[in-house]
Amino acid sequence: MKAYLILEDGTVFEGIHIGADREVVSEIVFNTSMAGYLEVLTDPSYAGQAVCMTYPLIGNYGICKDDMESDRPWPDGFIVRELSRIPSNFRSDCTIQQFLEENNVPGIAGIDTRALTKILREKGTMNGMITTREYPDLRGVLPRLKAYTTGKVVEKVSCKEKYVVEPSVSLEENGPLSGMAKFDKEAWLQGVREKRPSLVRELNGAGLQVALMDFGAKRNIAASLAARGCRVTVYPAWTSAEEILAGRPDGIMLSNGPGDPKECTGIIEEIRKLSQTEVPIFAICLGHQLMALANGADTYKMKYGHRGGNHPVRDLSTGRVYISSQNHGYVVDAEHLDRSVAVPAFVNVNDGTNEGLRYTGKNIFTVQFHPEACPGPQDSGYLFDRFIEMMRETDSAAGRGGTENA
Amino acid sequence: MPKNPNVKRVMVIGSGPIVIGQAAEFDYAGTQACRSLKEEGVEVILVNSNPATIMTDKDIADKVYIEPLTAKVLEQIIEKEKPDSILPTLGGQAGLNLGMELEESGFLKEHHVALLGTTAATIRNAEGRQEFKDLMERIGEPCAASKVVENIPDGIAFTNTIGYPVVLRPAYTLGGSGGGIAHNQAELEEILENGLRLSRVGQVLVERCIAGWKEIEYEVMRDSMGNCITVCNMENVDPVGVHTGDSIVVAPSQTLSDKEYQMLRSSALKIINELRITGGCNVQFALHPASFEYCVIEVNPRVSRSSALASKATGYPIAKVAAKIALGYTLDEIKNAITGKTYASFEPTLDYCVVKIPRLPFDKFITAKRTLTTQMKATGEVMSICNNFEGALMKAIRSLEQHVDCLRSYDFSALDFEELRKRLKVVDDQRIWVIAEALRKGMEIREINELTKIDSWFIDKIAVLTEMEAALESQPLTVELLKEAKRLEFPDNVISRLSGIPEAQIKKMRQENGICAVYKMVDTCAAEFAATTPYYYSVFGGECEARRTAGRKKVLVLGSGPIRIGQGIEFDYCSVHATWAFSRAGYETIIINNNPETVSTDFDIADKLYFEPLTPEDVEAVVDIEKPDGAVVQFGGQTAIKLTEHLMKLGVPILGTKAEDVDAAEDRELFDRILEKTHIPRAAGGTVYTAEEAKEVANRLGYPVLVRPSYVLGGQGMQIAISDQEIEEFMAVINRIAQDHPILVDKYLQGKEIEVDAVCDGDDILIPGIMEHVERTGVHSGDSISVYPAPTIGRLVKDKIVDYTKRLATALHVKGLINIQFIAIDEDVYVIEVNPRSSRTVPYISKVTGIPIVDLATEVILGKKIRELGYKPGVQPEAEYYAIKMPVFSFEKIRGAEISLGPEMKSTGECLGIARTFHEALYKAFLGAGVDLPKYKQMIITVKDADKGEAIQIGRRFEKLGYTIYATRSTAAALNEAGVKARKVNKISQESPTVMDLILGHRIDLVIDTPTQGRDKSRDGFLIRRTAIETGVNCLTSLDTARALATSLENAEEKLTLVDVASLGK
Repeated sequence: MKAYLILEDGTVFEGIHIGADREVVSEIVFNTSMAGYLEVLTDPSYAGQAVCMTYPLIGNYGICKDDMESDRPWPDGFIVRELSRIPSNFRSDCTIQQFLEENNVPGIAGIDTRALTKILREKGTMNGMITTREYPDLRGVLPRLKAYTTGKVVEKVSCKEKYVVEPSVSLEENGPLSGMAKFDKEAWLQGVREKRPSLVRELNGAGLQVALMDFGAKRNIAASLAARGCRVTVYPAWTSAEEILAGRPDGIMLSNGPGDPKECTGIIEEIRKLSQTEVPIFAICLGHQLMALANGADTYKMKYGHRGGNHPVRDLSTGRVYISSQNHGYVVDAEHLDRSVAVPAFVNVNDGTNEGLRYTGKNIFTVQFHPEACPGPQDSGYLFDRFIEMMRETDSAAGRGGTENA
Repeated sequence: MPKNPNVKRVMVIGSGPIVIGQAAEFDYAGTQACRSLKEEGVEVILVNSNPATIMTDKDIADKVYIEPLTAKVLEQIIEKEKPDSILPTLGGQAGLNLGMELEESGFLKEHHVALLGTTAATIRNAEGRQEFKDLMERIGEPCAASKVVENIPDGIAFTNTIGYPVVLRPAYTLGGSGGGIAHNQAELEEILENGLRLSRVGQVLVERCIAGWKEIEYEVMRDSMGNCITVCNMENVDPVGVHTGDSIVVAPSQTLSDKEYQMLRSSALKIINELRITGGCNVQFALHPASFEYCVIEVNPRVSRSSALASKATGYPIAKVAAKIALGYTLDEIKNAITGKTYASFEPTLDYCVVKIPRLPFDKFITAKRTLTTQMKATGEVMSICNNFEGALMKAIRSLEQHVDCLRSYDFSALDFEELRKRLKVVDDQRIWVIAEALRKGMEIREINELTKIDSWFIDKIAVLTEMEAALESQPLTVELLKEAKRLEFPDNVISRLSGIPEAQIKKMRQENGICAVYKMVDTCAAEFAATTPYYYSVFGGECEARRTAGRKKVLVLGSGPIRIGQGIEFDYCSVHATWAFSRAGYETIIINNNPETVSTDFDIADKLYFEPLTPEDVEAVVDIEKPDGAVVQFGGQTAIKLTEHLMKLGVPILGTKAEDVDAAEDRELFDRILEKTHIPRAAGGTVYTAEEAKEVANRLGYPVLVRPSYVLGGQGMQIAISDQEIEEFMAVINRIAQDHPILVDKYLQGKEIEVDAVCDGDDILIPGIMEHVERTGVHSGDSISVYPAPTIGRLVKDKIVDYTKRLATALHVKGLINIQFIAIDEDVYVIEVNPRSSRTVPYISKVTGIPIVDLATEVILGKKIRELGYKPGVQPEAEYYAIKMPVFSFEKIRGAEISLGPEMKSTGECLGIARTFHEALYKAFLGAGVDLPKYKQMIITVKDADKGEAIQIGRRFEKLGYTIYATRSTAAALNEAGVKARKVNKISQESPTVMDLILGHRIDLVIDTPTQGRDKSRDGFLIRRTAIETGVNCLTSLDTARALATSLENAEEKLTLVDVASLGK
């Protein structure tokens, strides 16, 4: 079946329909990761957007459900050049076609994704519609596209009730240490599939309690902490600061999430309260932006954002450059930052935009990129260890537990 | 960190002659790195024995030494030039080994020379088998269970603990020389023995066999701050067991999920960090197909063939960045030259799929085994880019120029299911065609996967192609079907063959429906940033990013495709120089080529680069977009010449010599008419199509005769026949490949072979120099030792050669380059062959005479006259130096290849010996080719009866040099009778000890074996030669070469004189 992608500027791409059969209007963004389409699809930060993969061959290794970053796909639509007709991977549970259909995600294949990317690069992110209907006259459609906004999506993607991610009590629970996996033919024949390998070599977080505010958190944020031994309590986005602090966490983690940070006025208020305590806070992506807003800084929408797994960021404390996984359309305005409140900790090597902040005189550091990777490079996973160290230091400075003083 | 201010004079070591496993990629990397160093104001002193390279040009380096690559020679150069640093990571394994040798001996320290780009400890840790294994163990990175052994009993004992099969890898060898997989003790002993001898340090790694696992490579960069990035990852379609150089490779990996991708990426970064590599590095992994289990196969702490491929696949200039890192820069300080916006510290992301296919030499070595193993056999490779795998595969196949254009090009339709199953287990260069046939016959993907271990994803893609073949055969050709076939890159002629519709009609249908190739840009960033570098590939469907530029005059330079025996790096040298010359003349330049290893496909050589197959249809599509003012074909070898006719049909003017004149030189009858008209003699001969006609002509002329197809390079299919029976045999071989052109049968004349390259402007000619071959006629010119200035011919012959050259160039209306080969018999001169185009000797003669003949030819093509260019027409004064070009072979890599020299070219590369005296030049040339004698002073002579007289003279000279001579019965008798002491050894069939035992005893320096004329029928001679080659013994099959070697050894000098080639002709 034919399908069309209609952009706000009137551009129409004709392709083949994939996934669910429904019409959808959304914000169109592109992601440049060459692998990790399932992680992209299940990243809640894509709620309210339709994603175009710039890599042309998608679905090659099928769907390995173990790799999902949340329990369902979030994008409104999926735009690809070509879907593989067979999946090939030892862990694959189903084809990507089945996955999209089962989860009611509409999409379009067979279009010139590079041409689309260039339009978004030149004109900036814009809205569009994926449909199987032919619109001979776009005049009726374009105003609808222009009117679309992602709105308050955080509430949609956040967990509804708090829950706990139990810590690993032994390293074996994390799966084999990367490089130590061994193929076990007997087990394989009985249908046992090996766990994903882990890079965590030490349970340095054992005994620590982390409160994770879920604005649309990717699973691997909690998993990265739990794998290091932290007990992670995940709270809905609208949880009050008081409730979180009542749980006496050793540290607070603010997650990634979708949409315009400035829409999250209530959450920002709670974060401001959290930031006035001594509890160490580490924030990623939307969490980073919300913390900045809570402390008087500004954010703005980028022309077409950063979405991919190849962005270099410089750690300003060491001068080292790391390749990072990114997914954001908004960014903190570092130029008008009050240095007495926060100073840049990371900067994007390509365009000089802010990639992280260190809050002056506080146990707070925040990053714009994704140290939890999935998809993308694992180079900045060390930041979870830095967070754990911070919690330990605060704890020892406070005698017992940092939460006592809160 | 900014540039290290202490680095001002850097010595760069090149990789030497082109051999299998170490080829043009190092000219590409070296050239790019030298330019990068010069950009930083660093003085570059270059050492490389290979004259056919661009890196040895005087505009690339400040000082150029085309000298043998031995530690001694490098020491001398260091003493003379006093560099402050040395960069050994650009010259492949050869360069790295030399750097190590100098470091280990303490020479570098003594002379205050710093090793750049790496440290000795790094090289030891990465290259020494045991050190590497220990390091990997320490950092928790898995390697296959293995042990380094230094003798056979240890190897057997260890293998008994881990079980067969095992893989054997000798330490410090090129392209996995001497390695292999042993399935039992007999094989283990054989391979181990060979490997131990070939290894520089006498070590072989015995390793658990992980054949059948996925083979994945990462190209990684690291700077001195410890910043790391991966440029690219690549997946081998052929699983572990086939050398990556012989595998079909795809970039990026296709069948890895993010988890596997990142797991291996993290491992690669960890390894490069532990090794503390500064620069580029290649890490190869084996990944279990049903698990996260992996093994690190090997690490190359230097630029490599894979890094060249990764550079071309992504647009990220690895060698350039590596050179900057060596100077002290960090990745975030180096600009990405493609985008101009981003920095070298980011990872390229692709929005297309790249396929590389190796170019294997089995068309040259028809007796060789086609099986692919861990020992590399490919001489070159092609790369293609498309936005789907099927299309990239189809484009790569037709880029090979091996008479293949689709998955039907090898016919396996006669095989039944059972035979196909058997055939699928054979790992050779035709495997994808066998898979296609199995799919056509209905074999399940699953079964093919089990038999071949090739991932199902790739097999399914092949199935997409065979399904399209079937659709084209059985369904009406609708617009939709045609569109889809083109999306999968089926060329029009294949669609025509399958559908039965004439090609012209298909083309018309395409034009009417707007189904035409569009071009996309390789920009390192999947369009995330605007890029300006015009590096394009074609796809069907979508937006075209290539724009026709106007303003300047525009020339299309056609490249020479994959490196193969007979058409090597020389033609890339010519293409690049012509491109630069056109550019200087104000032209906009466009290159089309498909070889990822070469300088010509670097993104900043021409104004625009189209990375495309060199077929009429693909070239036409570029012409449609660009509408060039002219095309130049005379620099791209036979590949480009073959496109001439089509370009003319498209209305593209051929710049320089006209197509009909090229035809006149190749077409026997036309050429005979020209010879008649110009009164130039040649060997009598005739043109034939069938074996019957050939025999008739041969009998009329009298045997021996030379039989060869027309329109081929490197004498492919050329043979000397001495009987009707041989004619029949050769004609059968020649006709096996499609033969549109007639076959030539000539009387074989024996004499001195002389060669000239000349530039002709229509009136005058310029001959930079006359070259004489050491070997008499009958040995292909590319396999002969070539000497400039010609040492043994007189004035009269020289004058005749100049005169004939002028007459031929004028009669053929040559504008540009012409290459002519002559035979001189006493004072008579005959023409053998005329090529109105650039030749193999162009770079060599340009360098040693200091006359840039490609530049001159380009100027002439553009209308300048030789006199205007500051040269006096005619033959130029002889240089003060003797320059000797020595062919270099890769026989040890190709099991079963016949090594005896004949009219068909077999060498893969060449090196140069240059000196003021003939003798020193000859010595250097042999040394450069790796003939470093004497060692044991023992040799074997076995020659045919006709050669006995000459053999006695040669034997006498070696005897004087202190050699003990062994000879087979009749040769021994002849030698002893003449007073040359020779010990008789038994033939192979006789009782032990035989000549074979002697060779395997590892105490022999040299074997001189002349095969009986024509094709050697005796398996004995063949076996002796193969054994000699495979055990690393020098084996000469021409007495002329043997005589030259004796001369060289008689005049061996301890200390060599050095010649800075960059200063010649100034």
